[in-house]
Amino acid sequence: MRYLPLTDADRQAMLQVIGAESVDALFKDVPEAARGAEIVGLPPHQSEMAVESTLGRLARKNMTQADGPSFLGCGAYRHHWPASLDYLIQRGEFLTAYTPYQPEIAQGTLQYLFEFQTQVALMTGMPVANASMYDGATACAEAAAMAVRVTRRKKVILSGGLHPQFASTTETFLKFTDAFCETLAPDPLCLEDLLGRIDTETACVVVQNPDFFGHLQDLSTLAYACHEHGALLVVAVAEPLSLGLVTPPGEMGADIVVTEGQSLATPTGFGGPGVGLFATRDKFVRQMPGRLCGETVDEDGRRGFVLTLSTREQHIRREKATSNICTNSGLIALAFTIHMTLLGEAGFTGLAELNHKTAVLLAEKMAQVKGVKVLPRAFFNEFAVRLPKPAAEVVDALAARGILAGVPASRFWPEYEELAEVMIVAATEMNSEADIDAYVAALAEVL
Amino acid sequence: MPEGLTAMDAMQGANSSTVTGNRGLVVEEPLIFEMDSPGKTAVDLPPAPNVDDRLGGLRRKAAVGLPGLSEPEVVRHYTRLSQKNYGIDTGFFPLGSCTMKHNPRLNEKLARLPGFADIHPFQPEQTVQGALELMHELARWLKAMTGMPAVALSPAAGAHGELCGMLAIRQAHEHKGDARKVVLVPESAHGTNPATAALVGYTVKSIPATDDGRVDLDALKAALGPDVAAFMVTNPNTCGLFERDIIAISQAVHDVGAYVYMDGANYNAIMGRVKIADLGVDAMHINLHKTFSTPHGGGGPGSGPTVLSDALAPFAPLPFVVEENGAFRLVEHVKDPACAAAGKHPFGRMKGYHGQFGVFVRALGYMMSMGRDGLKQASDDAVLNANYLYARLSDVLTPSFPAPVMHEALFDDRFLKDTGVSTLDFAKALIDEGFHPMTMYFPLVVHGALLMEPTETESRQTLDVFITAVRHLAEKAKSDADSFKQAPRLTPRRRLDETLAARKPVLRWSPQTEG
Repeated sequence: MRYLPLTDADRQAMLQVIGAESVDALFKDVPEAARGAEIVGLPPHQSEMAVESTLGRLARKNMTQADGPSFLGCGAYRHHWPASLDYLIQRGEFLTAYTPYQPEIAQGTLQYLFEFQTQVALMTGMPVANASMYDGATACAEAAAMAVRVTRRKKVILSGGLHPQFASTTETFLKFTDAFCETLAPDPLCLEDLLGRIDTETACVVVQNPDFFGHLQDLSTLAYACHEHGALLVVAVAEPLSLGLVTPPGEMGADIVVTEGQSLATPTGFGGPGVGLFATRDKFVRQMPGRLCGETVDEDGRRGFVLTLSTREQHIRREKATSNICTNSGLIALAFTIHMTLLGEAGFTGLAELNHKTAVLLAEKMAQVKGVKVLPRAFFNEFAVRLPKPAAEVVDALAARGILAGVPASRFWPEYEELAEVMIVAATEMNSEADIDAYVAALAEVL
Repeated sequence: MPEGLTAMDAMQGANSSTVTGNRGLVVEEPLIFEMDSPGKTAVDLPPAPNVDDRLGGLRRKAAVGLPGLSEPEVVRHYTRLSQKNYGIDTGFFPLGSCTMKHNPRLNEKLARLPGFADIHPFQPEQTVQGALELMHELARWLKAMTGMPAVALSPAAGAHGELCGMLAIRQAHEHKGDARKVVLVPESAHGTNPATAALVGYTVKSIPATDDGRVDLDALKAALGPDVAAFMVTNPNTCGLFERDIIAISQAVHDVGAYVYMDGANYNAIMGRVKIADLGVDAMHINLHKTFSTPHGGGGPGSGPTVLSDALAPFAPLPFVVEENGAFRLVEHVKDPACAAAGKHPFGRMKGYHGQFGVFVRALGYMMSMGRDGLKQASDDAVLNANYLYARLSDVLTPSFPAPVMHEALFDDRFLKDTGVSTLDFAKALIDEGFHPMTMYFPLVVHGALLMEPTETESRQTLDVFITAVRHLAEKAKSDADSFKQAPRLTPRRRLDETLAARKPVLRWSPQTEG
């Protein structure tokens, strides 16, 4: 067994030192009735070759997005993944480190977390960001819970343009607390009236920009209305790359910004693990969930970094903590940071421009297909379309032709018949003009 | 950075013996923001299509403020940062309660197969049958090992798994129309336990321990009543001891209509030895990033699948995989016919998508590599290694409770009494000897705790070197406290001023703080 260094001779010698007859004797505190359980139905150990072969077979059963083209989004985006990024995150000192509890031998982790926090703050236009949450959906839930703490109010308004899985995760998170969610119906045309719903009971309004159907909006008026009523504005960003081209939520008056960072950190990987980005205003720092990395000096006066403000956290505050989160998403945060560093200002804004223009090209060509209507007027790299047929059928028909065409809205809202013909389509730098032409031609054929 | 200090000053420190502040292989490294050459990038992009934008007037006006670097500079920067880190690849990492075992690289290779990495969470299900089958297979392994009838795969880490279990418990009570208010937690529990119970709207009451480091069954029974929703218990517990009375505990808790949540942080000690179902517990999370060898990555990502008893299984969260007519399918909605057919009342969704899929691939790769025999041997060796440390250190340190221990050995600071050396000092001295320290000051039930978890992937030779170092330091503490106060001296940074960090928080780089 290749992962176990002890030999039988070691085991015998060690038992002698311990003064135990057998390893069984070390388990004497386990009640008789629970001892000696045999694992049934599972195979014995296998070679690296055998495991690779079995799981390789499973992997090949899946259609990859490279087999496509793929135009899938809805919070998970397929971008090019630089080779140096994957090399760097596999360095053992990063990959196999623990949470940086001993800062003298974890400056690598701590410094990249400080860089990560800075990058997230810069992108979102917010003063401060934490060292990551599990994913975008849980970051959204934590943001709502934080707004409830900050305002001491109970009502959380969830926009119908919010990612439905962000919304349902937030509902779950608040389900058994004093707070409650007012979740609005899906809003494919971006017509909902949020302003009229804000009152003095409202802890926060949670919106997404661009929203789930792709609409880009100026949120300044909404932010003003929230603040007039003493409520917070929480903005979820569908695609963090959009922040390279679009006015950031911080400039529009957001109080908390959350994002799923997968798009810039990892392949889509069937949706996980990702990394939740969480940014807010300085005055709320002590109400933030999760870990924070801060700058300090060591005994010799040299700059160094530590985890800080931990009196907010579960290991100190226990039942009074701001969150129960412990392990977060450190390695994916590293991947995000390395990609952002590789891109830099020029690469980040350039990649955002490329994505947007590719999506505009796709939208223009799709709009020429008979019966297809592009719903948002302004968007980033993703938009909803209304088709003349149920979207799920169209998606299946195109998948059979090797094209991952989009995500049918019915997957999220099977009960809303008026959404049956809505499909959400994304384009990234991975889609060539030839991909787009092939897609549009095939779409015209199946409609 | 303090005012007037340049990046170079910050790296050199007061006592640097070199001009650069570098010391051989330990090379100082500024922040990326201090390496900015405007316009530079490490990514070459094709030109964008020639179309008008459709941003509705919302084009960003100000620059983002990101620094520009080339690829070689980026690679060197993060390589140098990595060299300031200690990982399980670097050396012995006996961090108690954290199960730092070897992370096989096979699993990294598997997770990067295009069929796993380059698939989208919202592809049509007929195009991702292999991925759904993998989730189904992982669930089968976890159920077979624990003997529990159901498992929720989606929790993203241990604390998230606790939340899953406690939400299922609350949902089960509510389903019966039973509004209970209290959750009992032993005083030795991880901080996540009370924090989780509070998130689910419960009041937390602490249960004391007995002198032998276990739950006081009489105190527990006295606290149990119709208002108690659940008892959360870590087993083996945070003192490294098996809760001998666990079956009686479960019985007593069930007798008042409450449920038992078992924190599975320490499952590594018993994974091939004990069927969780035999203990009578109702829920337990399993840290795939600890027990099943997936890398901890400097603080995640984790994955915390939660096994559930028959009583809680109907309330498991969305989504889950079902097999119907030889094909796999995700159930993503409460109104899915599969819920009604199986009598399920899911409490809701816990995160985006379908769980930490990339971690699932790695964990299954590990489980298949180890097999039923290897997983049992791993528990055996983990327990053997911990007892070996205990046996060889007990005469110089002060063990808190009698042996045998399970996968970790708990010592307290009585051996340091009157030396002037604290647990913290002792840990820092171990860093200079080339080890990652043990867990310090946890659990809270003993004074100045030193909790050592060696794990099964450490050789006897490694343990022997560590033992020699600890014995030497224990002796040295009696006569030379001052050297402990100076430790660590050989690290990229010496002790850091945590009070300063908390009093004047600097949580990001800003151009205006440059002197």
